[in-house]
Amino acid sequence: MTALPFDSPETPHAHDMGQDTGRGWRITNRIVIYGLLVLFAVLYLMPLFVMLVTSFKTMDEIQGGNMLALPQSPTLEPWAKAWGETCVGLTCAGIKGYFWNSLKMVVPAVLISTLLGALNGYVLTKWRFRGHNLVFGLMLFACFIPFQSVLLPMATILGSIGRFGVTLQNAFGTSLGLGNPTVNLVFVHVVYGLGFTTLFFRNYYEAFPSELVKAAQIDGASFFQIFRRIMLPNSLPIFVVTVIYQFTNIWNDFLFASAYAGTGESMPMTVALNNVVNTSTGVVEYNVNMAAAMIAALPTLLVYVVAGRYFVRGLMAGAVKG
Amino acid sequence: MAFLEIDRLSKTFGNVRILKEINLEIEKGGFLVLVGPSGCGKSTLLNCIAGLEPITSGEIRINGRNVAGLHPSKRDIAMVFQSYALYPNMTVAGNIAFGMEIRGVPKLERDKAIARVAETLQIGHLLDRKPSQLSGGQRQRVAMGRALVRDPQVFLFDEPLSNLDAKLRVDMRTEIKRLHHRVKTTIVYVTHDQIEAMTLATKIAVLRDGVLQQFGTPAEIYNNPANMFVADFMGSPAMNLLAASVEGGSEGDVRVSIDRPNAPPLSLPVNGVGEALRPFAGRNVVFGIRPEALTDPDGADRNAHSVVEGDCLIDVVEPAGSDTFAVTRLGGKEVVARLRADARLQPGQTARLAFNLDKAVFFDPSDQSRIA
Amino acid sequence: MSSVATTRPVLTAERDEGIRPTVRSRLQEALPKIVLAPSFAAIVVFVYGFILWTAYLSFTTSKAFPSTNWDGLRSYEKLWRWTFESSPPSSWYTSITNMGIFGFLYVFFCLAIGLGLAILLDQKIRGEGVLRPIYLYPMALSFIVTGVAWKWFLDPGLGLEQTLHNLGWTSFHFDWIKNKDFVIYTVVIAGVWQASGFVMAMFLAGLRGIDGEIMKAAQIDGASPLQLYRRIIIPLLRPVFLSAFIVLAHMAIKSYDLVVALTSGGPGGSAWLPSNFMYEYTFKRNQMAVGSASAIIMLMGISAIIVPYLYSELREKSR
Repeated sequence: MTALPFDSPETPHAHDMGQDTGRGWRITNRIVIYGLLVLFAVLYLMPLFVMLVTSFKTMDEIQGGNMLALPQSPTLEPWAKAWGETCVGLTCAGIKGYFWNSLKMVVPAVLISTLLGALNGYVLTKWRFRGHNLVFGLMLFACFIPFQSVLLPMATILGSIGRFGVTLQNAFGTSLGLGNPTVNLVFVHVVYGLGFTTLFFRNYYEAFPSELVKAAQIDGASFFQIFRRIMLPNSLPIFVVTVIYQFTNIWNDFLFASAYAGTGESMPMTVALNNVVNTSTGVVEYNVNMAAAMIAALPTLLVYVVAGRYFVRGLMAGAVKG
Repeated sequence: MAFLEIDRLSKTFGNVRILKEINLEIEKGGFLVLVGPSGCGKSTLLNCIAGLEPITSGEIRINGRNVAGLHPSKRDIAMVFQSYALYPNMTVAGNIAFGMEIRGVPKLERDKAIARVAETLQIGHLLDRKPSQLSGGQRQRVAMGRALVRDPQVFLFDEPLSNLDAKLRVDMRTEIKRLHHRVKTTIVYVTHDQIEAMTLATKIAVLRDGVLQQFGTPAEIYNNPANMFVADFMGSPAMNLLAASVEGGSEGDVRVSIDRPNAPPLSLPVNGVGEALRPFAGRNVVFGIRPEALTDPDGADRNAHSVVEGDCLIDVVEPAGSDTFAVTRLGGKEVVARLRADARLQPGQTARLAFNLDKAVFFDPSDQSRIA
Repeated sequence: MSSVATTRPVLTAERDEGIRPTVRSRLQEALPKIVLAPSFAAIVVFVYGFILWTAYLSFTTSKAFPSTNWDGLRSYEKLWRWTFESSPPSSWYTSITNMGIFGFLYVFFCLAIGLGLAILLDQKIRGEGVLRPIYLYPMALSFIVTGVAWKWFLDPGLGLEQTLHNLGWTSFHFDWIKNKDFVIYTVVIAGVWQASGFVMAMFLAGLRGIDGEIMKAAQIDGASPLQLYRRIIIPLLRPVFLSAFIVLAHMAIKSYDLVVALTSGGPGGSAWLPSNFMYEYTFKRNQMAVGSASAIIMLMGISAIIVPYLYSELREKSR
């Protein structure tokens, strides 16, 4: 995994449209090109811009004014309210609890699914067995299924596990996490993220020289020693890609979250945000809604800003399969 | 007794037979080169010796011990890979010491061993670098260092020079040969380059499609190829192989006749091997002669018993500095003759060429096997 | 010769008749499979097993709770009947017509805008490094955030319409988000906004991967810039079109969150996609069997696109 094709520093052959035509035409041409590019940039930035400025405005200003205008007297109050006071359904304690819910769900789910993906990729490329292609094919297809087709059975199973957890709780005083919605979501995201993480690592390790593994074998390294000493230290790029991809996907998930933790204390951020926005009691506080949306968007936006290159690479790797 | 023995080794994968009944052996301190075109099974055979690939049947014995079934690390071998396979995350010293580290050798001893090997290969100044900071030749040395430090019973080399540029390749070839003289460890070496095979080997095994074609010393392989494949594969430029018809009755002289353009066929006596060719009288055989046995008359080998001269129409002249190569047409094939550097020739003219028939060989076109 | 043969165990410890394998070495040999097994088992059970379970439920009389009473193809018959119930439209009719509209427009505009932006960005643009991330950042947002942002932006009382009114363009009228006939188009707008930058990135990578000498050869042949793109470059991007199409089509069928966050389903469920239909029927309307049947139909829709693609991809690889 080196730089993406379009990241080459000198872009050796950008395809120039107006090469052998007159100077005047060329200038017009450039103006049109830049004009279009800037226009689209403005269109793409607009919703984020509106969200951002609105989140710093007072309600009075919103109702009276122009959504594109900068806030006349910027206030952090909507942010504070969104974080600590706003109502999610009937509880009015802000979204901070849900933010931590999401974090508590995302971190273990990302780590477990990434580590398993790395091991799977290692086995599927360096320790092949008869039928490895079928195994990989089945795991790959699992990336693409509409989750609606597994939603209901999973709900049933999680329900049973939850009841078992209650039994344990009553008998031994601990449920071992069984039935806890956050644990459930970690489990669900690990299972349905495995296909992608395995795909990422398999494709990366496919290009990883097998001779290194052979050399380590001759040096006497075992299966896990080779993984830990040879594969892992040379997998940083794909680790970053996979972690970012999984983080973004799991943080942003709504379907599983609403199906398995759609109510109560354990809602993840996305569900809470949707509830905030759709709470119909009282006056709709758009500035608070926008601040809440910004808070929900910040972790993934931050990742994008810090490691955009890896983010794109993950999307591409997820898009360009097998 | 041979030090490394490969006994009726076969390997199949699915329905494909990758190696068929291979028998080879090499004495202690010998240098065995496995050579053949790509896909012939030579690297597979090496991997089988290393234990990196399972075998289907047969035995591999190192110093009398059957190693089939043993983990690669338990076979007392070391291997140098085509890509060098240096661990990119470790320094040169780390690479060399990794095997010892895994075996639990104490740090002090490891450092001593590293220092020893670094001195042998003159890579002491590179020990703290990562492989990515090394040149191709330096990586090659480090890879050899990693093998050397194990002090194994057998070294395995898998096309170790093929990733180097032409000049460096020649230098490293010499270096490997020097190293072998010094450490006197048994080596098995895979290459597709027949010059490497000739220069390095004490024994050469030529493989094709998983079948051993010939096994012998470099001189035997070069001068007495067992079949047309070996004759064609070994030597550069390749041996000329052309059609010739055998003339002669049940007794008397046997001669072969070779067509040439714009002139009557060339008739050559084959006294030394006449009896072997007699059964082919009236039929075609393949006449093989190396370019250096087809020269200008002044350059012919004076010690040869049977040198015959004939006129040939010269097609192309290729001066190569140390020699001049001339292409002519004989027996329906392009034939290369190797002449002295200052031989004066013009394309389109007829020139007199000397055939050193001591060196000529004959093959049966029906099964490509050697007749004489 | 040097490459590792693709289909054989690269490094299996071999067994020899003479040496009896110890328990330990057998364990070593099986270790890779043991490591892979839990993941594979999870996929088999929780993906394929659950799909079968969902399929089974779709053949039962399940309502609010799963039932084992066999009901044959009743649920599918219902869906089939609803497919043609256009006035008043059944929820299923709305969902699948919306799917058609949304799917087509979403894929089309993402491809068109993505390709257009990629070509424009490929004209030796100063500031490409600034523009590219701007086009792409929406992909990092959750559909819920996108939905919330656009809901506000498109709200007739507060957003674009109100702003333009304030600026003096009082005749401007844009209430699609509240209009049951047009609400699906707002989903298209938000969806295209979110994904087109990603398609741009795919095309840009494709463009940068084209051999520059082909371009030079075409220019020497006298091709105009327009001809160069029409005759040489765009045909060479065919694999990218295919990949982008697969990704977009599969995202379109899976779209669920955006509809919920942007439109809350639209007036009277007029913005539903099959995914919303499934969720509502299964969890809210106590028609589990029908919901399951719709999930299976979604799965078949995606499979029709993905399976041939994966099959050809994997086969190409092994060749």
